Amino acid sequence: MANNETMCQKDQLLHDIGIVGFVLIELGLYLDTHPFDRNALEYFNHYSRIKQQMTKEFSMKYYPLTLELAESGKEWRWGAAPLPWEGGCV
Amino acid sequence: MWNYENRLEFPVNIKEPNAKLAQVIISQYGGPDGEMGASMRYLSQRYSMPYKEVAGLLTDIGTEELAHLEIVAAIVHQLTRNLSMEEIEKSGFAPYYVDHTVGVWPQSAGGFPFSASQFQVTGDPITDLTEDLAAEQKARTTYDNILRLIKDPDVCEPIKFLRMREVVHFQRFGEALRITQDHLDSRNFYAFNPAFDRCEDCDDK
Repeated sequence: MANNETMCQKDQLLHDIGIVGFVLIELGLYLDTHPFDRNALEYFNHYSRIKQQMTKEFSMKYYPLTLELAESGKEWRWGAAPLPWEGGCV
Repeated sequence: MWNYENRLEFPVNIKEPNAKLAQVIISQYGGPDGEMGASMRYLSQRYSMPYKEVAGLLTDIGTEELAHLEIVAAIVHQLTRNLSMEEIEKSGFAPYYVDHTVGVWPQSAGGFPFSASQFQVTGDPITDLTEDLAAEQKARTTYDNILRLIKDPDVCEPIKFLRMREVVHFQRFGEALRITQDHLDSRNFYAFNPAFDRCEDCDDK
């Protein structure tokens, strides 16, 4: 609550990661049964790159979303991240 | 192996607790057509699936079901967060509360504990995939029933998302069944079980 603007940007980025992440899940299942669909393959490759960039950016700025992005200084950042089931302040 | 992403597949932000609703939604956590049974079903069926693309689909849908299990748990948790003793008694939540306080435990709406007997692994690809098709429809019906009981949009939105995913999984399993049948003898799909029997005349790819 200390910094509303940061909070908004954080929630926006997490929201966008959710959208792109969903696109990848959906395309992943589709490609499992349509492994030669070139359009779907192109979409997947495109959004996969975007998701990786966004996840990295979020993890550096706010808190790590995956263990491999949890490089830490003085405090273990993975353990300090908020719990997803508690909900955000959207 | 699995990796965890520290976020929900679909956001859950419930402002108003509602223990009555939590008691019915918990069925999709540990009930007969819930997400725990769904993920365990698909992830267990993979080992006897002889066709790589279908086994891969079982892994991916089974994995997504784990993310859905977490969404359902988040809904139940947020619906029972900050409940007063009065609300617990008034909403009929006391029988659950006495065993689990406000923890999330896999049971059906009727109070039956989660059990592996709620799903099958027959080790026969056609039979297993046909069960999977039915399972997706049963889960879809359960979500439809839940949606008729909900007024709060904070609860509606994630439930609608979960319902939609059942429909997509049904579609993918239909394709998986077709892929499986394409590997088999079109004159008799049941001539042998490709996960168990050996057939010398068959085109066993």
